[in-house]
Amino acid sequence: MSEDYRSMWENLGLDLGAHDALLEVLGKGYGDIYLAQKDRPEGMGYFDFVMSEVHGLRIKEIMDEKEAGKKVIGSFCVFVPEEIVRAVDATLVGLCTGADFATEEVEKLLPRNTCSLIKSAFGFKLGKVCPYLESADMIVGENTCDGKKKSYETLNNLVPNLYVMDIPQMKSAEGRALLRAEYLRFKEAVEQLTGITIDAARLKKGIEIVNNKRKAIYRLSGLRKADPAPISGLDALLANQVFFYDDPVRFTESANKICDEIEKRIDNNQGVFPKSTPRILLSGCPMAVPNWKLPWIIETSGAVIVGEESCVGERGTRNLTDESWDTVEELMEAIVDRYFKVDCAIFTPNPDRLEHIVEMAGTYKADGVIHYGLQFCQPYLMESMAVEKALEEKNIPTLRIDTDYSMEDVGQLKTRVEAFIELIK
Amino acid sequence: MRFAGIDIGSRTIELVVLKDNEIIEMKQTDSGFDPLAQARDLLGGVKHDHIMATGYGRHLFELSFEAPTVTEIKAYAVGARFLFPEVRTILDIGGQDSKAIAVNDMGRITKFEMNDRCAAGTGKFLEIMAQTLGYNLDQFGIEALKATKEMQISSMCTVFAESEVTSLMAKGEVRQDIALGLHRSVVKRAVGMLKRVSVKGPILFAGGVAQNPCMRHLLEEALDTHILVPENPQMVGALGAALLTSEKT
Repeated sequence: MSEDYRSMWENLGLDLGAHDALLEVLGKGYGDIYLAQKDRPEGMGYFDFVMSEVHGLRIKEIMDEKEAGKKVIGSFCVFVPEEIVRAVDATLVGLCTGADFATEEVEKLLPRNTCSLIKSAFGFKLGKVCPYLESADMIVGENTCDGKKKSYETLNNLVPNLYVMDIPQMKSAEGRALLRAEYLRFKEAVEQLTGITIDAARLKKGIEIVNNKRKAIYRLSGLRKADPAPISGLDALLANQVFFYDDPVRFTESANKICDEIEKRIDNNQGVFPKSTPRILLSGCPMAVPNWKLPWIIETSGAVIVGEESCVGERGTRNLTDESWDTVEELMEAIVDRYFKVDCAIFTPNPDRLEHIVEMAGTYKADGVIHYGLQFCQPYLMESMAVEKALEEKNIPTLRIDTDYSMEDVGQLKTRVEAFIELIK
Repeated sequence: MRFAGIDIGSRTIELVVLKDNEIIEMKQTDSGFDPLAQARDLLGGVKHDHIMATGYGRHLFELSFEAPTVTEIKAYAVGARFLFPEVRTILDIGGQDSKAIAVNDMGRITKFEMNDRCAAGTGKFLEIMAQTLGYNLDQFGIEALKATKEMQISSMCTVFAESEVTSLMAKGEVRQDIALGLHRSVVKRAVGMLKRVSVKGPILFAGGVAQNPCMRHLLEEALDTHILVPENPQMVGALGAALLTSEKT
């Protein structure tokens, strides 16, 4: 990357040495895992480019937008309603949480047995290597799991602009009322941040932008029903990850473009793996960039991933927001309705998620489900037991994996994944 | 045709050669620091037409010898069924991992469990504890069976358990009694894993730890059933790989 970026990174307060090291590891990992794949759709070139410029050109674009008076809001969760952010012409970005960084520093502030995702968010802050976090005008923390909720108390001492959003834990009338109240409060907060008052036209526009993005990624998911699989799970995961960083309109175009190409592949019976390759549905915790460990293990062990039941995947993108309403009040209700359907494991009870896993396993013709739980992620690890039991009762083979971001268990995981693939063949 | 199976484990490497479905050769060596060189030595002068690799080092072997591979989980299931066709559950405790495998009446794996990344509940745990108590591995199980009472060991972590053992010794507790407690803690963990795959008899116990008489005894006691132990419990994986390569051809 050019010197141009170096001064930008320096101005953002990044630690250039540490950041260079991070980019080097990221680049190497990307080469080994992504570029080593065969027969990728040409349209992946766009996503390769986005990844190669994820801390470069994309940040420059964001900085240019900021210079033009636009605001940047950083988020750690799919519960932060992007429609409202787009309605004030602001940019919502997913913050870096997919790799271990500055772990020793993190463990001075957080207990060792905190999940990798939370530790990573702190590592990127303490190591001064996340340009998204540093460029954000507002960082939204959301009270989902206990780990995140309590860690935001500590994060509040590290950043000047943390906004904490409460999230309900039950799908009840009271739960919905809480989400509604919080979304109205968030709307006011972003209005205050930008000085823009959200009217119906603005909100409708915001909803349209985000819905189009969801439709495009949903279209991509639908194409993965084909056998042979026309796109690898790794590449589809990447598209889902880029969903959180990229300009939404450009993302929509690029995702639709790759869908056009994939449709032709399907017509020509062209796949990235041979026909009848064992098909896996991944379910569980979200996988942020560059957390590609488990998908990489699965797809280098003779199986293909055909869907992600995850926040970086269908759980996060599944439902559209109803844009047919006319007033701000009605549109806000539609937004609340849309997000209240997200079946995150922080809800109790959470039967919808199980239904969705079974449904997705059927839709994508999965031969088995691999449940991915991050170590110390209580909500998903607790649910994994019930998920495994329920799926096995339906004769859907299930493997529970409990891991973190380190590479020390790769050999062990490979044995388990390979044995699971032998079992479902 | 001679079909060979090689099981490259964390502690030992086993080689089995089959001809007309009969075992004609069995060899074993330590994995050492260069398992590939050890495997090459072990293969020296052994005639075979096809070979399949299993175990922790299977992919290393695959690259150098262009041999197909299979996981230890499947290899143990196949090997166990060859030795005892009626077997439905297999417990394999090796050097760095332990596995419980359930197979149906057709020999197909229906479910398996494996220990997570740490050494708790594996041969390595027992090896380190034996050392701490000043026993060699052969003595360890025999001495534990001589215990007159049982010390409870609460840590499953190898490092914590070691300090627990040290403090019990400092209190003047008898070595055999501590040894029995250590065996019990590994058995409890193995039984937990077996129950997660749902134990159905007959059960076969394999891997290096199956040579330990105290482990066999405590396992039978905990499951209240007779446990099958093959004559060469460490050879089951290599045998399975040899059988699978013969099936393939």
